[in-house]
Amino acid sequence: MSVMLEVALRHRLGAFALEAEFTAPAGVTVLFGPSGSGKSSILAAVAGLLRPAEGRVALAGAPLTDMAAGLFLPPERRRCATVFQEGRLFPHLSVESNLRYGLRRAPRGAEGPGFAEVVALLGLEGLLGRRPARLSGGEKQRVALGRALLARPRLLLLDEPLAALDAPRRQEVLPFLEALRDRAGLPMLYVTHAIEEADRLADTLVLLEGGRVLAHGPLAALTARTDLPLLAARRDAGVVLPCRVAAQDRAAGLTLLDFPGGRLSISWRDAPVGAALRLRVRARDVAVALPGGALAGTLPSTLSLGNALPATLRAVEALGEAECFLRLAVGESLLLARVTREAVARLRLRPGQELLALVSAVSAGQG
Amino acid sequence: MLTPEEWEAVRLSLSVSLRAVAFSLPPAILVALALARGRFPGRTLLDAVVHLPLVVPPVVTGWALLMLFGLRGPLGAPLAEWFGIRLAFTSAGAALATAVMTFPLIVRAIRLSLDGLDRGLEEAAATLGAGRLDRFLTVTLPLMAPGILSGAVVAFAAGLGEFGAIITFASNVPGETQTLPLAIYTATQVPGGEAAAARLAGIAFALAIAGLLSADLLSRRLARLLGRP
Repeated sequence: MSVMLEVALRHRLGAFALEAEFTAPAGVTVLFGPSGSGKSSILAAVAGLLRPAEGRVALAGAPLTDMAAGLFLPPERRRCATVFQEGRLFPHLSVESNLRYGLRRAPRGAEGPGFAEVVALLGLEGLLGRRPARLSGGEKQRVALGRALLARPRLLLLDEPLAALDAPRRQEVLPFLEALRDRAGLPMLYVTHAIEEADRLADTLVLLEGGRVLAHGPLAALTARTDLPLLAARRDAGVVLPCRVAAQDRAAGLTLLDFPGGRLSISWRDAPVGAALRLRVRARDVAVALPGGALAGTLPSTLSLGNALPATLRAVEALGEAECFLRLAVGESLLLARVTREAVARLRLRPGQELLALVSAVSAGQG
Repeated sequence: MLTPEEWEAVRLSLSVSLRAVAFSLPPAILVALALARGRFPGRTLLDAVVHLPLVVPPVVTGWALLMLFGLRGPLGAPLAEWFGIRLAFTSAGAALATAVMTFPLIVRAIRLSLDGLDRGLEEAAATLGAGRLDRFLTVTLPLMAPGILSGAVVAFAAGLGEFGAIITFASNVPGETQTLPLAIYTATQVPGGEAAAARLAGIAFALAIAGLLSADLLSRRLARLLGRP
């Protein structure tokens, strides 16, 4: 894929130094990192709300900022509509006027969804006449999202748009963001410190820490890396698999998912057959067994675990003093398993070995 | 109830105060913006100058105006010569004196509303494609409205009571510069004027109360319009 967004920034904010560089193809790029890692500053610099000391920002090849050439487009000329954490709806305007604010200022001929389409997509029909003060948190963020969409941006910026919401409200807004990614094909730059949002939305992941880019690349490839403590040291470290719902077994309470190279069964999930779904398979929920004996079949009859996938051990990587990551190739996909050193020694695990990757249907069904 | 001369004083007070507010409102908005948001050398000095009429005796302010805008003053002379505008001893002069005295009140009220204004809203407007002037007119100014309005009402009410600066700069000419407070003062200086003074004082009191109540009502209305609880 060709490069959509190029960012190279150098800036100082008090004691904090930002020195970040990455490129991203079209799709959703998630800036992920702990608070204070500089992700919001990067977003502000792309929006034109922060003037970096040095650097360059280009969108589809056209520079928005090029400090060396003395170029710094003001935000109103960038067409990078932004959704902020606190919504920032105009309190003196109705929801409808808020939505139309950007639409009125969009250049003639700019392509994008129409008013009715956005209202329908975000379920705003009943809110149009209200004032922002009379909206719930989730409703506010949906209106803010609609307002930004209607400005017909070339790049949609989202600065922790769900962080101010409680879990149920977040679940209310997330599907809209997914629908937006899948339908509109609008490039997005999304800032978050919640791995769940990254898992569900990211095409490209940019990992940030202390104002620097640790790594950037496709989501699945990055989550499979064990050399990135920001991801690997997490309790929920693991691989994100792009899946498709293959079958639903309501009676057994199982959902069957196809992923590149195999099939997994997980606890039942409400999704139509054929729907795309991302599954985070945590390393601590994957165990391995030597093939043969009681575990020879595809579904073990002596185990409660729901999945036994033929796998090839690619590598054993130490994780601290006591544990190891196993890199397991399952078809074209990669799984990580987190086991003790003692287990590696006991089973005499060596790269190249054929194993069974045991994945619990229950734990894989969460998150 | 009132004699025609007394009615004239009431009418004159209202007119002088209204003109004073109309004069000072646009510059007060600009000065409040400069003080709240500007980063320029001399900002502290501007702040001090604007607030001077609050702390300097009104008579001194009136005297300074007389020095500047008197017929032979550095500003008064050219105004009279080139434009035929006379300020000293005229009702326009009374309005100018009132405007100067109430200017700090308006600036303060507007500045307060600006300090409470979330700049993030203007940033949001910018990312949606609104330029500087556009943002000011569609976001900043409407959100400043409560401050502008309450400043104007308070200044109007306070202007009705201006005495020292008017009598020093514009003198005490019945029908021209003799506003309500000056008429009350004059009534107390003539034998048998107590009844007139009491009537006029009652009117002044009623106007002040009405001003405060309407200010409160308006700001509540506006707050509701802006969607604040």
